[in-house]
Amino acid sequence: MNYFKLIALGLITLFALIGANYARDLAYLVNALTIALVSAGLFLWVLRNTDEPVKQVDLSGEYMDGVIRAGVIATALWGVVGFLAGTFIAFQLAFPGLNFEWSQGLLNFGRLRPLHTSAVIFAFGGNALICTSFYVVQRTSAARLWGGNLAWFVFWGYQLVIVLAATGYLLGATQSKEYAEPEWYVDWWLTIVWLAYLAVFLGTIVKRKEPHIYVANWFYLSFIITVAMLHVFNNLSIPVSVFGSKSVQVFSGVQDAMVQWWYGHNAVGFFLTAGFLGMMYYFVPKQAERPVFSYKLSIIHFWALIFLYIWAGPHHLHYTALPDWASTLGMVFSIILWMPSWGGMINGLMTLSGAWDKLRTDPIIRMMVISIGFYGMSTFEGPMMSIRAVNSLSHYTDWTIGHVHSGALGWNGMITFGALYFLVPKLWNRERLYSLSMVSWHFWLATIGIILYAAAMWVTGIMEGLMWREVDANGFLVNSFADTVAAKFPMYVVRGLGGVLYIAGAIIMCVNLYLTVKRSPAVEASNSAVPAE
Amino acid sequence: MVKKPEKQQGDPDTTGHEWDGIEEFNNPLPRWWLWTFYATIVWGIGYTIAYPAWPGISSATAGVMGWSTRANVAADISQAEAANADINARLAAVELTEISTDPELAGYATSAGAAVFKTWCAQCHGSGAAGAKGYPNLLDNDWLWGGDIEAIHATVAHGIRNEEDDDARYSEMPAFGEMLEKEEITAVTNYVMSLSGTPQDASQVEAGQVVYVDNCASCHGDEGLGDRDQGAPNLADAIWLYGGDYDTVLETVTYSRFGVMPPWTERLTEAEIRAVSAYVHQLGGGE
Repeated sequence: MNYFKLIALGLITLFALIGANYARDLAYLVNALTIALVSAGLFLWVLRNTDEPVKQVDLSGEYMDGVIRAGVIATALWGVVGFLAGTFIAFQLAFPGLNFEWSQGLLNFGRLRPLHTSAVIFAFGGNALICTSFYVVQRTSAARLWGGNLAWFVFWGYQLVIVLAATGYLLGATQSKEYAEPEWYVDWWLTIVWLAYLAVFLGTIVKRKEPHIYVANWFYLSFIITVAMLHVFNNLSIPVSVFGSKSVQVFSGVQDAMVQWWYGHNAVGFFLTAGFLGMMYYFVPKQAERPVFSYKLSIIHFWALIFLYIWAGPHHLHYTALPDWASTLGMVFSIILWMPSWGGMINGLMTLSGAWDKLRTDPIIRMMVISIGFYGMSTFEGPMMSIRAVNSLSHYTDWTIGHVHSGALGWNGMITFGALYFLVPKLWNRERLYSLSMVSWHFWLATIGIILYAAAMWVTGIMEGLMWREVDANGFLVNSFADTVAAKFPMYVVRGLGGVLYIAGAIIMCVNLYLTVKRSPAVEASNSAVPAE
Repeated sequence: MVKKPEKQQGDPDTTGHEWDGIEEFNNPLPRWWLWTFYATIVWGIGYTIAYPAWPGISSATAGVMGWSTRANVAADISQAEAANADINARLAAVELTEISTDPELAGYATSAGAAVFKTWCAQCHGSGAAGAKGYPNLLDNDWLWGGDIEAIHATVAHGIRNEEDDDARYSEMPAFGEMLEKEEITAVTNYVMSLSGTPQDASQVEAGQVVYVDNCASCHGDEGLGDRDQGAPNLADAIWLYGGDYDTVLETVTYSRFGVMPPWTERLTEAEIRAVSAYVHQLGGGE
């Protein structure tokens, strides 16, 4: 087995070095060298372990938690990186001088913006989803992860995707498709990693010892399968050269736009909604120590959500070259999606009935509740903004940015923080968190940060929308584009301050989690796989 | 209402499943949730009948309301055009100098011109028309090619130094780096700076004046007051298109400048060109 690995790694190293040698652009060169370095390192590591005696231990009765611990650390670290990038580009918009002369073509807004979005969605959110799904699927299936070290392959393979994508962005490799910027070879690698992820997850469900599949796992599974499909179709492209990062999309014109927003909207729908609902369905009842409010509601809203979400993408293309009929359908499905989305909110919030007193004593529950609150708010705001008349005001304005961030910072961020606070004592066998008052500080800093952010963007978004359409008595436009940019300055500063508060909270969390591992009293490990009944 | 987190009195039945300590209540769907869901579906069906929605093989249902984004925008545009048709015709026909004397025409031209300016001109001249390096400030009374309404109109219509329009204003300053010695260039740079302020090196001004008279005065005039017929800037008024510091003036003398402005007759109507000319004329520097 090791000999196969050595041959494969050796060949990958060789091909990567050949690629680096013939590289047509800097991004490709750096990415090829990164791959060569990683595979050469792995080659040496495998070589040193070849023919070493292997201790045969039967681990099948224990949960595989090492990879989840690594995932927790990666989530926290990428989170801070992504928030830092976001806060910095927020200030770049307020103070353009921060696009320094010397950093043009490397750290200017255009290069950093995809770095920020990918870091928070895919690095922070993606690691959170992968590690929590590994935790939840094991606990609710009473089975060890399927596939042995395949889970580690998923973890490290995914980190490699992140590093390749991030360095590529900074050096200018991009497909120019929002949230799908990585170029063709990164897409191929992610496809392999993602199929391995699907195999691990599905394999674990198949060998479960519980009679039923828990609702959280339905959501996780729908997220993994749908993201695989979205990723493959939206990234269909032909490389200009095997030795260059540039590729050409298979679709063109309005078809390309439609595929992109079918992808883009469902990245929100399945990555940031369905996947995180999976998280919510496990960690909220666990932390509240109460049963889930309604099994019926979870079935109905699950199927309604995944059936409807997939059609809502055209609402990103109202009043464009997209035909009216497609735009109508996108809007109608978005509005029908309102209640299915709220089903998750109801199930989350009502799970706390009988445990509302915990809001006073448990800041982690508080974090989860406000997260569900922001989920409810943005899944109402979304359908509302998809209405054509509203969209004609809100589209292309900062209102969209505010909407995205109340969902991302409020819902995705807060539920992830809650899950991390839940997971760290369990995974490192600690009695409790190091400090609950630090969690409270995190909660308030993050909440005030989000409010500053979202309020600033609502004000500036609606303002610029109204300024753009303002006409005088003769029907002539009153404002130039630059006038609207100048008018937004104060709100841009407020938005940046919101980001500073949010990142301050996240750093407090990292310190708290670190001290939990280092200083909290230890308890006996309890990671044996025993079915609930 | 404080309740204990453990199994409580009055809890509904669970489904009997359990995963890692998590159970599920067998609660029904909330009524308000279900009815709102049904309502959105019913509304959705109605809306897709009213508006273009369901695709077929080669086309889609048009909707009983006959609504279409393209038809709407065409109707909006033709309505605005119809409303302004009379005054646009008058604006296009009247003598240019009469625009400012007719209050109705002047008011209309100013607001129409402002809209044209913010759409087509602000990119270079700034939304407040204060210009930028290489793009003239239109608020002051320092004009390169003339500041009366006729001159402004000709500049807007045909542009400057472009290849699209044969009537474009044209002139070309030589790049003196190829024609003069280095010392002559530094000397004339100091002289040009002395016309409106302080030279970098006062000792060179005298030598520079000789160079100036031989090479520059034919266009910029003996006293450096410029020549509007050739678009030669006034060098004595401390207003600089590219900058009046030593390095910038040296660069200008050495490599020359060649500012280009596109012609607008292809893209704007005569009424729009007249409106934006009138708008620029009334900004403060019009003659």
